[in-house]
Amino acid sequence: MAPEAKSGIVDRLRNIDRRIIFIFVAASVVIPLMFPLGLPLKSSPPSRALFQEIESLQRGSVVLMAFDYDPATEVELGPMSLAILKHCFRKGHKVVGLALWPQGAGLARATFSEAGSDYNVKYGVDYVNLGFKAGGLVVIDSLGKSFHESFPKDVDGTPLEDLPLMKNINTYADIDFVMSMSAGDPGLPFWIMMAQGRYGKKVGGGCTAVSAPMLYPYYPNQLVGLLGGMKGAAEYELLVGEKGAATKGMDAQSIAHALIVLFVIIGNIFYFVGKRRAKRGGGVI
Amino acid sequence: MRREIPLIITFVCGITMIVQFFIPHEPFGSMKSYFQQSYMIIAAFAMILGICNLTKLHVNKIRYKRPHWGYSIVLLAGLAGMTIPGLFVGAIKEGGIFDFLFKNVHVPMQSTMFSLLAFFVASASYRAFRARTLDAALLLVAGFIVMLGRAPIGDAMTSFLPEGGQMSDVANWIMAVPNTAGQRAIMMGAGLGVVATSLRVILGIERSYLGGD
Repeated sequence: MAPEAKSGIVDRLRNIDRRIIFIFVAASVVIPLMFPLGLPLKSSPPSRALFQEIESLQRGSVVLMAFDYDPATEVELGPMSLAILKHCFRKGHKVVGLALWPQGAGLARATFSEAGSDYNVKYGVDYVNLGFKAGGLVVIDSLGKSFHESFPKDVDGTPLEDLPLMKNINTYADIDFVMSMSAGDPGLPFWIMMAQGRYGKKVGGGCTAVSAPMLYPYYPNQLVGLLGGMKGAAEYELLVGEKGAATKGMDAQSIAHALIVLFVIIGNIFYFVGKRRAKRGGGVI
Repeated sequence: MRREIPLIITFVCGITMIVQFFIPHEPFGSMKSYFQQSYMIIAAFAMILGICNLTKLHVNKIRYKRPHWGYSIVLLAGLAGMTIPGLFVGAIKEGGIFDFLFKNVHVPMQSTMFSLLAFFVASASYRAFRARTLDAALLLVAGFIVMLGRAPIGDAMTSFLPEGGQMSDVANWIMAVPNTAGQRAIMMGAGLGVVATSLRVILGIERSYLGGD
């Protein structure tokens, strides 16, 4: 093949229409969802630690769970919230839900409903949803003084005194374990700072894959366990023994990740080919 | 006085919150509680202020037919479509109009918007991630290992290796050791920066939050 023709192909591939890349990405996600590969999954130490912590709590323990995310990250944090709630209900733990993100309260409601449908749990007795409160770090700190002052009513406007579960819960002293499903700020770092650092409670939780590296420094001393992204959610589903949306998404994530790695390698090959050609021809790359 | 009063409020609130951390007794305990309640009320009002500001901005955009003003109509319709049912028609109770719109319109739309990132990341990675230097090459290799190790395909590719040496094990090591070391250094630096900036604000040296120079 003539050198001109070769360089033409290299140039064309280097500047490939991004829509072609989009088609590959779409196919890498859709095809494994339609035809699962069933790639084996194993759990990581931070996921196992979180599972063990909930597993080791006594029946009837109170778990505070913050839904600090919005629909944008629901795909990652929704499945892990659901798996953790199911685990809590199965073990007979009581769950107090709240949200530091406005949309978190609505997502909490849907997750509680879905998790509760599989177990004999009752709203107000086995779990409550306190709803959203603006203020982030300050809200977390104020819970150390009084849950009833910070959240006088639940998400539906029911006074906390009317909810049997909340009659004996007023400060962190009444909580056995704190968790945050965190998509950013306010989220897990704030809970670690206040609930763990100031009030000495054990804190665990989940986060998006992109924010997991930032939270690793807290594990395992200040953060007893961590689920990172959809993989973390799938690992928890594996540990709980209930395959859900995250497990189903693992094949798609695997192929999409492999495809992106492949794109980077191909992009670099063309980069070095172009660089060598420019060097020979005295051009600039 | 327009500058002095906010500076005095900032100084008193800042010093009180620092003191109450070390002396959690009266009167500091009550003062902390009062400031916290005030903060939560102000935070809630800040959201209302944001909504008012957004509405004003887009109403003006429509009124003066600025570029892409049509999108502003969609935005205001969406705002009214969620706010009115939330406030007046069944509030935000389960099964209400707001709840229906939240679950069936808002959640899928926001999830879709976020998922579009995957396409742009793939396209950008093809064009921009280049091993131009040794550092960049190391970063790329670490990125490959973590990306593949954080999905089951990594272990499937290295299943011939013994337990502890597979892709997910190496990815976990990268996250737990080099990543943690780097993150801790960044966090300590950022923490010191926060302390310094907070002191500057409390003492009135840093005044940009007042809106001036």
